Amino acid sequence: MPRKREPGAEPKRRFSKREQGTIASIDSAGRGWRKVGRYTLLLIVTFVVLFPVYATVLAALKPGNQVLQHPFVPEHFTTDVLRTAWSQGNLGRYLLNSFVVAVIVTVAQVVTAVMSAYAFAFLRFPLKALIFAVFLATLLVPFEVTLVVNRRTVDSLGWLNSFQGLAVPFLATAFGTFLIRQTFLQLPKDLREAARMDGLGHWGFLREVAVPLVRPTMGALALFAFLSSWNQYLWPRLITTEENMNTVQSGLKLLATADVDKPNLVMAGTLIAAVPVFAVLMIFQRQLVRGLTAGAVKG
Amino acid sequence: MALARRTRRKETGLAALMLAPSLVVLGLFVLYPLGKAIWLGHQRCNSQGKACKSNGWDQYTDVLRSPEFHHALIVTAKFALLTVPLGLVLGVGLAVLADRYLKGIGIFRTIFSSTVATSIAVASLMWLFLLQPSTGALARVGWITRLFPVIKTGLLNDKGTALTAVAMSSVWANLGFTFIVVTAGLQSIPRDLYESAFVDGAGGWRRFTNVTIPMLGPTLLFASVVLVSRAFQAYGEVDLLTDGGPQPQGSTTTLTYLIYGNESTIRNNDGLQATTAVLLFVVLLVLSAVQFRSFDKRVHYAS
Repeated sequence: MPRKREPGAEPKRRFSKREQGTIASIDSAGRGWRKVGRYTLLLIVTFVVLFPVYATVLAALKPGNQVLQHPFVPEHFTTDVLRTAWSQGNLGRYLLNSFVVAVIVTVAQVVTAVMSAYAFAFLRFPLKALIFAVFLATLLVPFEVTLVVNRRTVDSLGWLNSFQGLAVPFLATAFGTFLIRQTFLQLPKDLREAARMDGLGHWGFLREVAVPLVRPTMGALALFAFLSSWNQYLWPRLITTEENMNTVQSGLKLLATADVDKPNLVMAGTLIAAVPVFAVLMIFQRQLVRGLTAGAVKG
Repeated sequence: MALARRTRRKETGLAALMLAPSLVVLGLFVLYPLGKAIWLGHQRCNSQGKACKSNGWDQYTDVLRSPEFHHALIVTAKFALLTVPLGLVLGVGLAVLADRYLKGIGIFRTIFSSTVATSIAVASLMWLFLLQPSTGALARVGWITRLFPVIKTGLLNDKGTALTAVAMSSVWANLGFTFIVVTAGLQSIPRDLYESAFVDGAGGWRRFTNVTIPMLGPTLLFASVVLVSRAFQAYGEVDLLTDGGPQPQGSTTTLTYLIYGNESTIRNNDGLQATTAVLLFVVLLVLSAVQFRSFDKRVHYAS
């Protein structure tokens, strides 16, 4: 509860600026030795968390015959292995496949989620509660259970080894619908009424008012959808037999199996596969936090 | 009156139109396959997994009693016990550690959340490079192998350590997710609570146990439900690190790997695959219900 205060007066602060917006550290934040200790701890943890990444980067940049001599000492560097992995491992093709599938899935999930969420939030229709309950119930069904039959369905449609097969089962999720519906419900109630007075129909209201207002949530959903699709492993493994239709995840398994005796090549492939997603995440960090915490924190 | 009915009907039509795409996808790829899998699960197939025929429902009880299912269930439960509590503790620890205003804390937060960028395939291959039985990088470091001789022969080759090694890679891969979720949870705790606890003379540890942990309740529930379901669906890390082995014990054959793995004996038997998958679903449902129940008594939902 913000207290009323004189206009222009500085708000009274009980805690110094360095503690604003953070918690748990009222008497111990950043003072002398404590500060040194905390930085030391942070650096140790950083080292442990990043160690596998460090080892991967080193292995990918070392000449083939030196990889296992001193695996953790940076000595000689070359980009030869990266280049070999790229050409020999067919990674360009796999990355392209993953990208195409992820973009289709992302766009479709956002569109289907916004439309169905709009229906649940703003329209009156019979059996609404029941249909919504069915939507929610699908959230409980793990993908592994439906996989056996989905593989048959995709097979009978002739979609093995195709973009349709990789993407179509994921074009809509109850999670997306639920997330956007929550955001729609938080909009002021009079908004729809006011828009109707101004002569806006439902499609107009959706396009001009509702969608612009929930854009941050749509961004979070888009990033979440993109990552889940990009990281799919089991599904592409099961419905892909043609080498050229592998995604980058199932492609990595091929690379690891084919070049089991060339760890540096495998690590170079791994690095190439990891970089695009890492870049996407660095750019969209804020959306990611919103997307991942959607279920955890109210709002 | 007639006008109201007409708008009503128009709204219903519009709703049908807007719901149709989602309903078609969810119906075709979630609801139908669920029903069909339950039905398929009672069909017996011949040794090639073809010519499946209805044969009563005892295939479910057969699988439930089979040693393979028991074994995979135990492996999966162990895997969950190895990954979930440790993952939560590390996630909370890291989040609390990084939840201060210090210069450059943003960099540390980015680093701690970074493993969220690694897919299960990428993370597993990174760990494979470190742990691989004959050529693993850790085995090349003298003092490490002297300290832990088992690393020399290969953690992934040893029936006693393989599951733990796979679990470690999984904990690492999930750390970014837990860190992000817990950090967001920490930031939603009202500062007043810490202030009053401080005024009441509570030290750092007391404030952690009496304010932070109870207020993180819903967040921890969410994180643990997600982590448990990830553990029970673990496939990629097993496929890449151990192929369900070492054999013949199948020390890392989790339930999902039992159903879909390369080495699986039921790989080509749709009936048995469906039976086992439906049972996995039931196990997961029970687990989520138990988690919600046990947390519900203790969780404090902020008003």
